[in-house]
Amino acid sequence: MDKTIEKLTRADLIGRGCGNFPTASKWQMVKEAKGAKKYVVCNVSEGEPGVFKDGWVLQNHPDIAIEGIKHAIKYLGAKKAVVYLRQDYYQKYQSKLRKLIGKNKIELFKEAGGYIGGEETALLESLEGRRVEPRLKPPYPPQVGLYGQPTLVNNLETFYEIGLILRGKYEKKRLICFSGQGVKSQVHELPENWTIEKMLKETGNWPKFSFFVQVGGGAAGTVLNSKQLQQTLKDIHGLGSIVVYHASEGPKKLILNWVRFFKAESCGKCVPCREGTYRLLEILNSKKTDWQLFEDILFALENSSFCGLGMSVPRPILTYWKNVKKRS
Amino acid sequence: MYIKINGKKVSAKPEQTILEAAHGIVAIPTLCHHPDLKVKANCRVCLVELKNGKLVTACSTKVKDGMEVFTDTEKVKRARKINLEMIFAEHEEKCPECIWDKNCSLQDYAKKYQGKITRFKDRKKNRNIFGFSNTILFDQTKCIDCNNCIEVCHKQEVHFYDKAGKGADSIVLPTKNKKYDCTTCGQCITHCPVGAIQGNPHWPEVEASLKDKKKIVVAQVAPSVRASIGEEFGYEPGTVVTGELVSALKKLGFDYVFDTNFGADITTFEEAGECFECLGKGKMVTTSCCPAWVKFVEFNYPEFVGNISTTKSPQQCLGVAVKTYFAEKMKIDPRKIKVVSIMPCVAKKFEADRPELEYNNMKMVDYVLTTREVAHMMRRAKIDFTKMKPQKFDDPLGQSSGAAAIYGVSGGVMESALRTALDYYAGQKLKSIDFKQIRGLEGTKKAEIMVKGKKVKIIVTSGLGNAKKVMDLIKAGKENPHFLEVMACPGGCINGGGQPVPTNAQIRAKRAAPLYVLDKKSKFRKAHDNPGLKKLYKEYIDKHPDLHHEMFHTSNYRQKRWGARRLN
Repeated sequence: MDKTIEKLTRADLIGRGCGNFPTASKWQMVKEAKGAKKYVVCNVSEGEPGVFKDGWVLQNHPDIAIEGIKHAIKYLGAKKAVVYLRQDYYQKYQSKLRKLIGKNKIELFKEAGGYIGGEETALLESLEGRRVEPRLKPPYPPQVGLYGQPTLVNNLETFYEIGLILRGKYEKKRLICFSGQGVKSQVHELPENWTIEKMLKETGNWPKFSFFVQVGGGAAGTVLNSKQLQQTLKDIHGLGSIVVYHASEGPKKLILNWVRFFKAESCGKCVPCREGTYRLLEILNSKKTDWQLFEDILFALENSSFCGLGMSVPRPILTYWKNVKKRS
Repeated sequence: MYIKINGKKVSAKPEQTILEAAHGIVAIPTLCHHPDLKVKANCRVCLVELKNGKLVTACSTKVKDGMEVFTDTEKVKRARKINLEMIFAEHEEKCPECIWDKNCSLQDYAKKYQGKITRFKDRKKNRNIFGFSNTILFDQTKCIDCNNCIEVCHKQEVHFYDKAGKGADSIVLPTKNKKYDCTTCGQCITHCPVGAIQGNPHWPEVEASLKDKKKIVVAQVAPSVRASIGEEFGYEPGTVVTGELVSALKKLGFDYVFDTNFGADITTFEEAGECFECLGKGKMVTTSCCPAWVKFVEFNYPEFVGNISTTKSPQQCLGVAVKTYFAEKMKIDPRKIKVVSIMPCVAKKFEADRPELEYNNMKMVDYVLTTREVAHMMRRAKIDFTKMKPQKFDDPLGQSSGAAAIYGVSGGVMESALRTALDYYAGQKLKSIDFKQIRGLEGTKKAEIMVKGKKVKIIVTSGLGNAKKVMDLIKAGKENPHFLEVMACPGGCINGGGQPVPTNAQIRAKRAAPLYVLDKKSKFRKAHDNPGLKKLYKEYIDKHPDLHHEMFHTSNYRQKRWGARRLN
C-alpha cells in the first residue's frame, strides 16, 4: 500500500459530503483508473440549510484544505484541481484563496446550480458548462468524471481533514454545525465518536426546554426526539449538522418549509422529484389535505428518484412522523 | 448469462440493460426511453424491483449474471402508478383532436396500470403552442419534459430546442439563438413519446376537399410509404401494401391515385442530366429532393446554395405533371384539381408552400399528408385497411422504374441518378446497375466511379448530423465530391419525420429492404426506360420545350430565419 493510502486508511477518514464513503477507497479508485488526464474537484457547494462548516473552513483554515488539494494533485498526477464555490463564498473568499493557491494548478469556479450543484455529477455538468442535472451512474466520477476523465471529487471539509492528516494533526474529529432555537449558530470541531447528546451537552447547547433535533442537514436530515440521541453522527446519514427545534414547533410549518425548499431546489430532471415536490406543496396548500396521496408521492420520491436529492425528500417528514409526532 | 424475470429464466448478454433483456418477454412501460437516443432515465416509469427490494429503472440498469428482477410487485405498482399519474398531469389531454389518439402510450398506460389521468390538475394549461417554419407544431401544454426532442435535434445539428428553468418550472422551448433555425425534418416528432410535437395538420382540409364535389382530388404516394403504412394497421414493418393503399385511398374518396415514383423518375432524368453537365464544369451538385436538407443548406451554408440541384423533387414533378399534362389530357381545368401528397415526411409540407414552386400561379401540391395522417383519416372513415382488395395506380402517372422505388432510402437517389447519368447521358455500357457501395443505413458512404475515363467522387450521407460533418469538410477543402446525396433523416425517408412510430434500427432496416426488392423485380430499372416517362416527354415536353425548365426546375436561395411563432 502506498503512503498516502496508508495514511488515509489509518485515519479511517470518511468523506464529509453525505455519501459516507471511505476517502482512501475513493483516492485509490482514481489512482488506479485509466485516463489521459485526471482531475481533482473540491466541492464547496454547501447548499443545505443548517450547514455552514465549509464556510468555517474557508474563514479559519483554508490553508490546510488547500494543502489537502495540492497533495491530491500531486498524488494523482492530476492536470488540475477545481474548487467549486457557492456564489457568496466565491465573492467573499476568492482573493484569499488565490493568494494561498499561488502558482498551483488550482482553479476557482463560481457555482451556477444551487443545492443540486452539491450532487457530485451535477457539479461536473455545471463545470462543463451544461445544465445542472445529475448524471446517470455508473460510471462514477473516479472512472468517468470531469470531461470524461477519472476525477476525484471531495468535499472541502474532507480536504481540510486530509490537510490535518498530512500535518499529523488529525484527531478523528469532525466539524459539527449547531443551529436552531435557543442555539448559537456555530461550528464546533468535535470527536466523531461522541454521541449527539454529548455533543449538545459539551458545547453547552443542550436545550432547557423540551425539544427535538434534525441531524445530518436542516432539509434532508433525520429528525430525532430528545431520547434518541445516544447515537453518533456516523450512524446517521448526512452532514455534520444538528438543528434544534422547540417541541411546540407545529408540523404544518415544518413540513411546509421542507417541501418548499426541496421544490425550489429540484433540478427538474426526473418525474418524482420535479412533479412530486410540486404536488406535495399543492397538497399542503389545498383545503383538504390528502395524506394518502401525499404518502404515495413520498414513496415514489424515496424509491424511484434519479438522485440522492429526490430520495432524501421524505426523510425529514417520515422521521418527524415516526420519532416526534404521528401524522394526524 | 441468465437472469430471472418474474421467476422465469431469461438469457441475457453482458452490457444489456434489464429493459433490453426483457424485450419480447415481459412488457415494461417506457416513455423517455428511445433506442436511438442516450439513456436518460428521467420518466421513472420503467421501474422494476430487484431481489434486495430496491427499485431501479430497467432502461438504465445493466444485467448481472443471476440477477433476479420482478416487474409487477406492489412496490413497483405503487411508485409506477403515482409517477404515471404525475406525468399525465403534465400533459393536457386534447385526445379528440390528436392524431395519436388510440395509438398513444399515455392512454395505454392509464388503462393498463389503472392510473387516473385526472388525479391532479393539469399544470401546464397556460403554456404555449408554437409553430416552427409553418410546419412543425410544438405544444408545451402536452410536454412531459423527457427531453428527447432536444437530444434528437442536437444530433441532427439543428439545435432548435432548448431547455430553461429548473424544477417544476423547467420548460422545453424553441431556441432564441439566431444562429439556429428549424429545418422541419420532424425527427422531434417521431421521438416525442406523447405527441406534443406534430406536423402542421393538413388532413382536415383534405377531408373537406374530398367532400367537395366540384373538386378533382388526386393523391400521390411517396416511395417509402408503401413499405411503412402497414405498421399503422398492424402489419410487420417492411410489409409492402401498395395495392391496399391505393384501394384505401380510393375508398377515402380520391378521384385518382398516382405514384410519386413516376415523379421520382422525372427527377432522376432531370437531375442526372444536370449532374452530367456539372461534371464537365467541375461543379459539385447536391441532391434537392429532401426539403429539410435544402432548407438546412439555405440557412446554414448559403454559400453552397448554387450547388443544390435545381431539379424539383418527385412530389413537385408529379404535381406539375398532374396539373399540366394530365389536366390537358383529361380536359380538366387544373384549378379544379387538388393534389395531395402522401409523404413519409413533414418537410414536404414546407416544400409544398414554397412560393417559387408555384406554376401558372398555382400550387402544384396543395396538401401534404404524412403516413400517420393518412392512416388517421382512414381510421376516422372506419376503413378496414387489412380488408382492402389491392388495386393498381391510375394511368398515366402510375408507372415507374425500379430506380424510383429506392428513392425512399439513403443512397437511392444517387443510385438512380448514376444509372441514368451513365447509361443515358454518358452512353456507357454498365455491367451492373447495382451500386452496392452506397447502399445500407450507415451515416456516410463514399464511392468512386469512372465516368468517361474520369474518376468521379461520390458521397452519400443521411442524418443532418452526418451531413454537417461532411459539409464542414467540404467547406474546409478536405473533401471534394462531385456528387453529394443527403437525406435529412438518418437512413432516409424510410425513417422520415412523417412515418409511423415507433422507429428504431431494426424497423428502419425492415422498411428499407423491400424497396430494393421492388427495384430488383421491376421490369424497368432505369428512370429513362419508364415508358410512361417517355410518353410524357414525347407527348408534352417535346411539344412545349419552352416550358420544360420551369416545369421541372426551381431555384434555391438563402433562407431567412423563420424561428418560432406563438399560435395561442
